Amino acid sequence: MDRDSTEALVAQVREATARGTPLRIIGGDTKRFYGRAVTGVPLETRGHSGVLSHDPAELVLTARGGTPLAEVEAQLASHGQRLPFEPPHFGAGSTIGGAVACGLAGPARAWAGALRDYVLGVRVLTGDGRVLRFGGEVMKNVAGYDVARLMAGSLGILGVLLDVSLKVLPRPAAERTLALEVDQGGALDRFASLGRTALPLSAGSWVDGRLYLRFEGCDATLQSVERRVGGEAIPDADAFWTSLREQTHPFFAGALPLWRCTVSALAPPLPLDGGPLMEWNGLQRWYRCAPDTQAFAAAATAGGHATLFRHRPDDADAFAPLARPVMRLHRDLKRVFDPAGILNPGRLYSDL
Amino acid sequence: MATDPALLRALREALGSDSVLTAAESCVAFECDALTAHRRTPDLVVLPGSTAEVQSVLRIAAAHGTPVVARGAGTGLSGGALPVEGGLLLVLSKLDRILEIDPARRLARVQPGVTNLAISEAAKPHGLFYAPDPSSQVACTIGGNVAENSGGVHCLKYGLTVHNLLEVCLATCDGEIVTIGSALGEAPGLSLLPLITGSEGMLGVVVEVTVRLVPLPERVELLMAGFDDVSRCAGAVGRIVAAGIIPAGLEMMDGPALRAAEAFARCGYPLDATALLLCELDGLEHDVAHQLREVESILRDCGATSVRVAMDAAERARMWSGRKSAFPAVGRLAPDYYCMDGTIPRRHLASVLERIAAMSREAGLPVANVFHAGDGNLHPLILFDAGRDDELERAERLGAEILELCVAVGGTVTGEHGVGVEKLGPMCSQFGPEELEAFHAIKRVFDPTGRLNPGKAVPTLARCADYGAMRVHGGKLPFSHLPRF
Repeated sequence: MDRDSTEALVAQVREATARGTPLRIIGGDTKRFYGRAVTGVPLETRGHSGVLSHDPAELVLTARGGTPLAEVEAQLASHGQRLPFEPPHFGAGSTIGGAVACGLAGPARAWAGALRDYVLGVRVLTGDGRVLRFGGEVMKNVAGYDVARLMAGSLGILGVLLDVSLKVLPRPAAERTLALEVDQGGALDRFASLGRTALPLSAGSWVDGRLYLRFEGCDATLQSVERRVGGEAIPDADAFWTSLREQTHPFFAGALPLWRCTVSALAPPLPLDGGPLMEWNGLQRWYRCAPDTQAFAAAATAGGHATLFRHRPDDADAFAPLARPVMRLHRDLKRVFDPAGILNPGRLYSDL
Repeated sequence: MATDPALLRALREALGSDSVLTAAESCVAFECDALTAHRRTPDLVVLPGSTAEVQSVLRIAAAHGTPVVARGAGTGLSGGALPVEGGLLLVLSKLDRILEIDPARRLARVQPGVTNLAISEAAKPHGLFYAPDPSSQVACTIGGNVAENSGGVHCLKYGLTVHNLLEVCLATCDGEIVTIGSALGEAPGLSLLPLITGSEGMLGVVVEVTVRLVPLPERVELLMAGFDDVSRCAGAVGRIVAAGIIPAGLEMMDGPALRAAEAFARCGYPLDATALLLCELDGLEHDVAHQLREVESILRDCGATSVRVAMDAAERARMWSGRKSAFPAVGRLAPDYYCMDGTIPRRHLASVLERIAAMSREAGLPVANVFHAGDGNLHPLILFDAGRDDELERAERLGAEILELCVAVGGTVTGEHGVGVEKLGPMCSQFGPEELEAFHAIKRVFDPTGRLNPGKAVPTLARCADYGAMRVHGGKLPFSHLPRF
């Protein structure tokens, strides 16, 4: 059912602009921990909800920003389709607009692509109350700058996502997860050698001395993969991958800071305590360690970057610092979309 | 226009005289890209040989307030590399080194003047390739591909340039180098890489590109199906996708296009067909075998009058040769042709083709259609004779109307060729003044003085006002009833 609250949202934003009141944009409020804390008047998007169109043969879905992610996924599942980037929900109320704004992806990221790769179009409410439409519902579109994909992962600092159009894909014919006992070095070697094959990998993780590899394809393909890769097929694979995606796996329990290090899949083990749990064939490595900046430095030394993902002390930065000219571009782009600086101020970086 | 002697002196000092061209007989080679209807001989052409030299050129241009138009191989189809008055043309063809092929990380780091195909060739010994394959891939450069967000016949499955790009080094309008994106695929901060991709040289000059490589498929199959009805053919496309199959390529041609291609390439197309579908499947042995059976049955079920599976690589190449040479093949039917590039939601395909046929009859100009059917990207080819009275103007008008039709059914005026100078008018149909103003504001973030490829890609509001006045002439919206001028 379509509930269109565009007018009310526009009115709220315009009033906030006029008064210079900061707004904290809230979808399902399930990813509040991600990024720096925002002090502001809540701007709720959940009342702005509904799948507007989904034609399975077009591989496109358009929904209001406040539509529950679960509703979107159920709609797709009923036609044998899915969001290939496996966005985490992190709670029951998670919305599609929040998912796009956070730009996070699950275990399939390294093979299926990032969330931004699936964004086709947006209708966005800017910080000064303009309603702008970029992109559309077609796969190929190079008219104008790609502002729709700029919104992916922008954490609401550029605008409120009113409607989003996403490319969707069919579910694979079948999936199989194989588990192998191996240490961290062995896992990294295995990731590297798998990277040189055309095997239909769709997830690769290592945790607690076990390597988990998910493959997709038809049954005959999966049988031949199993013969070649070895290991044992695990029975409740979906539950395992969901526990990584939703961070309900025991590794993520407790209140120690959670670091996400994005490094080359070939990078040797990082000199950090408390982990890792590796995903994306070693490209994404999670650690549980103290909230000082060691992880930022360790990831940078390894040619990557770190994020203080959860359990962040109030005064700490969440994201790795940007090069000065890149930060200048961020500041100037923020001014284009939110000249008064009222949308999620500070969520991404303190001065944005 | 006489070039500022101080500017010339500075450029020659920085690059050496051989890399700075001013003589009309040298500069005329750069007067246009592949949209040859628009030409202007540049006053000044520079050919830097390194990133540092590109930076010098940009710094010197900044100091002299000189506009800069970047150019790769000049294969663009929208006039994006058309020289501008008083500007310098920055030709990047000398930056043609492949810096790194990393099979373990599946990436290639190259300079912008490397051709698209050269990347795949360098990756091939490692069992990898660079997936986006525009039909000009022998000649077009990766820098140009980034500027246009180029596609190709395989982008339904493998994505566009934006999906295969990891990182670019961008020289700003002041000659500063900024790294956008990351070889890891994930970078902190805003997603700036998509903003740069397809920005048509308006935001910076790409001096280094890191792309993702993908494994060469284990098995490839190509099916060819003839239909006696365009909508049945379009229906088959929808059915294949809805069945959960994403072909590597899914291409359609209408009767005039397939007959022209057959006459040109002798590729074995069924001449009695009204529409032809080429469906390429690739992947692992068993998956492809499974999909092949399924697609064959869908095609027959949808009323294909003929279905043929290529026996081997040679036949596959022959079948593709017709599609790949469709533009020049159709081009033989008339002295000139004008290639459009709209994208539409696929469900409107049959009705849009019908309306294009009606518009073609009214305009008195034949149109042949080739179509990236999988992703809804239409390439109507308008045939005309520029030597005859007003045929060029009529062709351009018909083209603009076709694009407006695409917008009216929820599509876009350009799927992969870019706006350049060609589609500035139709951009006004697709975007309102507020979106256009946002684009101009983004441009100012990267290029405050507006010297990078000025006047391209995004129309001014004044231009749209003129265009609007022209389009509503006769008091009718272009898509409710197509007005004639």
